Amino acid sequence: MVNIAIEQDHIRPPQPPGFLKWMKENLFSSIFNTVLTILLIPLISYFLFAVSKWVFFAAEWRAVTQFPLLYAVGQYPRDQIWRVGIILSGLFLFLGISWGRWGGLLKSISFAAGFIMLVTALLPVQHPALDLSMRLYLGSNLLIILVGYLIGSKTAIKNIYIFVGWLLVPVCGIVLLAGFEASELIPNVSTTLWGGLLVTILLAAGGIFLSFPLGIALAFGRRSSLPVVSAFSTLFIEVIRGVPLVTILFMFSIILALFLPVESRIDRLVRALMAVTVFSAAYSAENIRGGLQAVPLGQIEASKALGMGNFKTTIFIVLPQALRAVLPAIVGQFISLFKDTTLVVIIGINDFLGIGRSIINSDPEFVQMRTEVYIFMAVVYWIFSYLMSLASRRMESAMGMSNNM
Amino acid sequence: MTNNQPSISSKDKIPFYRDERIIMIFAQVLSTVMIIGVLIWAIINFFKAAEARNMTLTFGFLKEAAGFPISNPPIDYEPGMSYIRAFQAGLINTLLISGIGIIAATIIGTLTALARLSSNWLLSRIALVFIEFHRNIPLLVLLFIWYFVVFGFVPPVKESLQWPGPIFVNKRGVYLTWPRLTETGGIFIILVVIGFLVSILAFTMLRGRRKITGKETYYIPTSLFLLMIFSLGGWFLSGGTPFQLDIPYLKGFNYQGGLRLTPEFAGMFLSLSLYTAAFIAEVVRGGIQAVDRGQLEAARAVGLSQFQVLSLVIMPQALRIIIPPMISQYLNLTKNSSLALAIGFQEVFAVGKIAINQAGRAVPIFALIMLTYLSLSLLTSFVLNIYNRRIQFVMR
Repeated sequence: MVNIAIEQDHIRPPQPPGFLKWMKENLFSSIFNTVLTILLIPLISYFLFAVSKWVFFAAEWRAVTQFPLLYAVGQYPRDQIWRVGIILSGLFLFLGISWGRWGGLLKSISFAAGFIMLVTALLPVQHPALDLSMRLYLGSNLLIILVGYLIGSKTAIKNIYIFVGWLLVPVCGIVLLAGFEASELIPNVSTTLWGGLLVTILLAAGGIFLSFPLGIALAFGRRSSLPVVSAFSTLFIEVIRGVPLVTILFMFSIILALFLPVESRIDRLVRALMAVTVFSAAYSAENIRGGLQAVPLGQIEASKALGMGNFKTTIFIVLPQALRAVLPAIVGQFISLFKDTTLVVIIGINDFLGIGRSIINSDPEFVQMRTEVYIFMAVVYWIFSYLMSLASRRMESAMGMSNNM
Repeated sequence: MTNNQPSISSKDKIPFYRDERIIMIFAQVLSTVMIIGVLIWAIINFFKAAEARNMTLTFGFLKEAAGFPISNPPIDYEPGMSYIRAFQAGLINTLLISGIGIIAATIIGTLTALARLSSNWLLSRIALVFIEFHRNIPLLVLLFIWYFVVFGFVPPVKESLQWPGPIFVNKRGVYLTWPRLTETGGIFIILVVIGFLVSILAFTMLRGRRKITGKETYYIPTSLFLLMIFSLGGWFLSGGTPFQLDIPYLKGFNYQGGLRLTPEFAGMFLSLSLYTAAFIAEVVRGGIQAVDRGQLEAARAVGLSQFQVLSLVIMPQALRIIIPPMISQYLNLTKNSSLALAIGFQEVFAVGKIAINQAGRAVPIFALIMLTYLSLSLLTSFVLNIYNRRIQFVMR
């Protein structure tokens, strides 16, 4: 009977410590800690005070608030901006559908997206870019997400259609953004006019999407028993990993043209995308190779014994286990790819950072406001990468629990 | 294999298109032809383009005069000197910024990791904020903040900021007070080096003896004592003044003397080392936390002191986990130093880029740049991998 009493004591959830006890344990546990705390408190207070004083009183945010569209899409013609809107709404629709179907992390993302849309639509400020139609558009995205949610949860739409949708929206989106030479409705918009967050996201998402299959191919190539394939893949991976991204960017923007037929012209943005893809693929390949090595040999032998061929073994047995094992590393790789897209500024593409720079340089008055602009850039990049790492952590724990992913 | 299995008659022989050996040979030939075909196609295109644009393909031009200036070259350089010289200047700048950056990032990163593991909640949170801030913004943004914002708003020369040291900060750069060797300083340095070697020798010999005999040989105090004796000897021999403080002073429109760091160098150095330090902090923290808690408890139980626990039990085991990711952080830092191009600090890539812009030499210069970075990467990982192999567990 005594045993039961002890066990019950163990079962009780740990009680949250009282505030004073918490302070004693975490701030004043020893003489050294006490001294440290007493020294740190005024330092932190001063820092926070100085920062908030600057943010709310000293800083002039005009260079940031005056050009929301420039930051978002660069020089994209303002009368054609509805194309970007359509793509965004398309993405929101499928986000809603996926939320309705799978829930979980997608629910949080949908809520965040809807929240941002709602807040922007209701911002109590006068701004030329935020007229009634823009507010209505932003607000209607909320509706689109909800409609998507209903479609995903109430109807029996097949999963494969959702995947195809996710694939089609970006592909059609890029075609829509570029337009056609002959078309009157959607005239061609040169990529030199694309810019801002649009280009940053395009490069990051495109690089992630394209580098993944290339990375898998390279990883298999490096492990291949064919000496030529293996040597070529190894050389490719090691050379790319051994040089900085700037070098690869310059290689694709200057040198690549020399190795192609004289008459061929590849668009500037496409060359940047190729560089980012190749660079990221080499790193992904090494991650995936680690995953491939982690698949126990018994799995392969078992699948062969069941009569599966090489191809089936690879697709259904090896790859799923390998990719699952390296997912965290790959997501980390994608976050750094997102940050690395800023380097395209150096080859003269106006991504988000590039737009910030050109706004600063456009007016001597804005040069004095560069602190505000760069802080704004840092905050935006920070939020994006932090959310990605947060999502990856959630995904990891979700995958740890359910094996049927 | 088929011979041993009588049940399979010659009629049931696997058709050649399903025979794995033949498929392999076929795949081998096909892949070879494809890879070589694409290469040949590219090379033919290249020679056509080279002919059309009248490009240089050899390295002969390297001896010609470069004709472009390098601001604040680390070695004697003028536009009239050769491309090789310009390239050397860039390479030294790369090595300088990477070397100093690696040292600073390691120190800052380790301290941050220790702060992160501190039992003081405030200190641990400050370290967390530092790490999360630097890990989640692009290096280029950090670089622009340091260079354009921090160094962009420092006062002009006449109103220089003066910090204790004295250190002067103004638009032209950071001027540090720097100890420079006096004429007799050489003796001091020589004796310190000898003392260092002798104390290392004493350290290894006495520690070896202790390991064999188990007797206390006081190897740490002895070697420190030897080093001190030699240093003091050098101090006296050099007449008590081995160093002289070189204090920057205002002369005309500029500061003279001291050690001058250009704003480009200072901005690059700060952003590079802080950015990498955040990653190193996570590596070090992970390594220390990966050491089994039982090890710490066991070490305390056998009566080791706090210092001994750290230096003999925790650190050797943590290092095994820390070193491999640390190597890749060092390599990243070296490669990231090429971003200096964006603010006009002329390291090897920036120099190469100017040279490329001079007509028609893109390919050889590019090959040179790639080779430089590749050999830097290979060299760094080679040296560090030797160290890594030495400290790993000796397995069966």
